[in-house]
Amino acid sequence: MVKSFGEFLLFIQSMLFRKERFSVLWNRTVDECIIIGVNSIFIVAIVSAFIGAVTCVQIAYNLTNPLIPKSTIGYMVREMTILELAPTITSIVLAGKVGSSIAGGLGTMRITEQVSALEVMGINSASYLVLPRIVAAMLMFPLLVILAMSLSIIGGYLAGSLTGALSAQEYVEGIRTDFIPYNIVFALIKSVVFAFLVSAIAAFKGFFTSGGALEVGAASTDAVNNSIIAILVADFALAAILL
Amino acid sequence: MIEVHNVQKSFDGNQVLRGINCTFETGKCNLLLGGSGTGKSVLLQCIVGLMKPDIGSITFDGTVFTNNKVDIKQEIRRKIGMLFQGSALFDSMTVAENVEFPLKMLMTEMSREERLDRVEFCLKRVGLENAGTKMPSEISGGMKKRVGIARAIAPNCTYLFCDEPNSGLDPLTSIKIDELIHEITHEYGITTVVVTHDMNSVIEIGDHIIFLYKGQKLWDGNKDEILNAKVPELKEFIFSSSLVRAAKKVDDETHGGLAAATTDEAINI
Repeated sequence: MVKSFGEFLLFIQSMLFRKERFSVLWNRTVDECIIIGVNSIFIVAIVSAFIGAVTCVQIAYNLTNPLIPKSTIGYMVREMTILELAPTITSIVLAGKVGSSIAGGLGTMRITEQVSALEVMGINSASYLVLPRIVAAMLMFPLLVILAMSLSIIGGYLAGSLTGALSAQEYVEGIRTDFIPYNIVFALIKSVVFAFLVSAIAAFKGFFTSGGALEVGAASTDAVNNSIIAILVADFALAAILL
Repeated sequence: MIEVHNVQKSFDGNQVLRGINCTFETGKCNLLLGGSGTGKSVLLQCIVGLMKPDIGSITFDGTVFTNNKVDIKQEIRRKIGMLFQGSALFDSMTVAENVEFPLKMLMTEMSREERLDRVEFCLKRVGLENAGTKMPSEISGGMKKRVGIARAIAPNCTYLFCDEPNSGLDPLTSIKIDELIHEITHEYGITTVVVTHDMNSVIEIGDHIIFLYKGQKLWDGNKDEILNAKVPELKEFIFSSSLVRAAKKVDDETHGGLAAATTDEAINI
């Protein structure tokens, strides 16, 4: 465990040492932003809209006390979405989609000697292949989290209105009650940290794959498992430190 | 010229290279010959810097590569072209983009037009002038090897390394790839090192042959000398091929060098 962590730190260092030209890294980063960000919009939109809807319906189901105003449902949907569901669940979903893609892609490049081909040419393969992926993830995750927050709240609004759990007016009133802008900042900080963890862990697992197709699959699975655990640990640590 | 001095390499206590000393000559096809597991590919990886030898040094035209400063190693690496066993083409790029890649990354002073001209020239040189827009997944194994060669020579490499260039190819395509490597070596006067266990390659392109056995160099010479070598391990290796046995018979009958014994003659015997 300690050895792996040490190797991980050395891997991160090797990426930053002897970097490729800025223009090359910039072009690679833009390409990765499309792969990581734009190609993930659909799954993030679906997951977040339904999570918002389900959260709204389930809170309404549990909130039976007539003394508590129904607008509380909107308030709770907003707080849960912004503080926890949007950054954490979105990052876990992206750990599965983006993390496995990064680990699988790099693992395949490693076993088919494409990484060796770069190194023989004198190109820092970690810098060329990994750095743009990590930067792109750190740029795209916050944007996807903002999208997830918006769609979750809209999902809750539609679910509440369509099921008759509360009126649209009550939901909007709840959404606007006691809003703390810092919560958004906190969620975005979390998303950047989660992005780094997902992309760096997946790249580390994929980059050092050896063997064949079976090992590439195993590296992808390890990448997703380790990323999810890292997200949950970091989630707790950030909440304890920043709230 | 590439000089290898006392290179040793172990993996988990298993010594794979046991003090290799050899020289790869400029303007020649230098073959690293040997059976599976004799350390050919490990030696090649040590030479190109993908592995670090435990002991020993490697020198490129008088400049020490092993344990030298990063800048000097980079400078040498930029003169290296390599054809990998599986071609190692970047599968997200077209054939032309693969060939252009080292130019884009290493020769920043070249304009886009110059790069495209060079790509066109290299693809034409390997006989693939019409395959530039194809993806690696759309071309055959032999074509992939040709693209690999084009990519290796694109930045005017001084040293060309080929790791089992014939693996997975049919005999006819293998001969064509061998001929291409041989022609390019002599045309550009580069130092070529080919890792192989294919006796056809030895007969076709073996200007200088180094035979490895259990991590040691047992013999070196050329294709005309190899059939008369006295090393028992080498004799066992080369005469395990019925084609070579036939060629040897022709060689004895014609009293000529191995070059006189063409594949056709050997087959007729």
